[in-house]
Amino acid sequence: MPLFRYLLGFALLAFTLLNAQPAFPELTSRVVDEATLFSAAQKAELESVLENHENNTSNQVVVVTLKSLDGYDIRDYGLELGRAWGIGQKDKNNGVLLIIAPNERKVSIEVGYGLEGALPDATAKSIIDQRILPYFKEGDYFGGTKLGVGAIISAIKGEYVPYEVESSSKSFKFSDLIMPLIFLFVFIAGPVFGKKNKFDVNNIIPALVLSGFVGFFTWVMFSILLLSIMLSIIVFVSMLFADPTVYENSGSGGSYSGYSGGGGFSSGGGFSGGGGSFGGGGASGNW
Amino acid sequence: MKSFLSVLGVLIIIAAILILPRINNVPKLDEALNAAWAQVDNQYKRRADLIPNLVATVKGYASHEKEVFTQVTEARAKVGQITLTPEMLNDPKALEMFQNAQDSLSSALSRLLAVSENYPDLKANQNFINLQAQLEGTENRIAVARKDYIKAVKDYNVELRTIPGKWVAALLYPEAEIKQTFTATPAEQKNPEVAF
Repeated sequence: MPLFRYLLGFALLAFTLLNAQPAFPELTSRVVDEATLFSAAQKAELESVLENHENNTSNQVVVVTLKSLDGYDIRDYGLELGRAWGIGQKDKNNGVLLIIAPNERKVSIEVGYGLEGALPDATAKSIIDQRILPYFKEGDYFGGTKLGVGAIISAIKGEYVPYEVESSSKSFKFSDLIMPLIFLFVFIAGPVFGKKNKFDVNNIIPALVLSGFVGFFTWVMFSILLLSIMLSIIVFVSMLFADPTVYENSGSGGSYSGYSGGGGFSSGGGFSGGGGSFGGGGASGNW
Repeated sequence: MKSFLSVLGVLIIIAAILILPRINNVPKLDEALNAAWAQVDNQYKRRADLIPNLVATVKGYASHEKEVFTQVTEARAKVGQITLTPEMLNDPKALEMFQNAQDSLSSALSRLLAVSENYPDLKANQNFINLQAQLEGTENRIAVARKDYIKAVKDYNVELRTIPGKWVAALLYPEAEIKQTFTATPAEQKNPEVAF
């Protein structure tokens, strides 16, 4: 059993490391107002414009206001933030990020790869200079943002067709299944095809550990949550009825409670980026 | 004996789980690296393509600043002569030459822009404003492409130098070599500037 304890420890450690997040604000909606520049009604108005636009064209435009750039250049920050959030659809990279840092008095438009043609740097620069900055200089953040968002939308309108109706985010291919099935077989073949297959209380702990292990690894390798949960359940059930002689010492293990592999990784509802990427297109300005 | 065998079995399975998914890592990372390089090259070319237009526009307002124009034109010509194919990325000298040529073009360009500051009519010219925005955007894209390339090289080199990637490479890809990468330019080493 020390082996299993070690494996479990390793799995938990790897899980914590994988979940380490950079210090970016959370993407909660299309207007992330960290610096609280907008009232609730203003935020809702901007959001509805942006949501409408995304529903019609699939372009994702997101506005973010920041309390601080933490000493980074606004273009650098914007690029990393856009990539971290995955603004834009994955296959089209059609995201635009409007970043406002009122304390540094800087604003930037970060344009995803797919929209660099429709919204070239010179256009982005003129949107900032002519539409946004005149309002920001007067302290009217909502006015400038509203006009800027309108200009961004009219610049990129019509670049892409709407979503296909039955577009699911992940298409599932049989070939994705082959490797996990091989692992599954190797894992449980020995005990399960043993001579004395019957339910055994001593099997519960190894079954839990192994199913957690399988679930964890398939999740890490294939990033298909449903698949890893299914596999870990299959392993768990099969192990319950495994030949106990293969794990003679299993009764002497410690108690492992409450760890069910693969579960609990689903993200919450609400708005999320489509996985688009950025290559440094766009422009910035300050006031 | 039986429990010893099952522990051994589990260990072999773990080794297989660690190694099998990484069998294709070296060629995959190599391709990612080449793609990242193509992007660097592409963005530098894009900058070179902007220059004739920019020079022509500035000339229209500041025709007597001959020295700056010569510098920019010469630096651009030098950049045009050096092409770096992915196969040459193992060669630190070739990369350094490429880097030096691009750096001297960067400094010639910043001199050109500094000179333009003295001509209010030029600064108000819409064509110049657009070109300047494009140049800034391209410089930013170059920075991004370089950063991505440095990361791609790091991923590739780490795979070649650590276990189990090292074993896989020794067995299957003996021709794979550690790649060179950019050293940070003085501008990249500079701390973030504070604007008042």
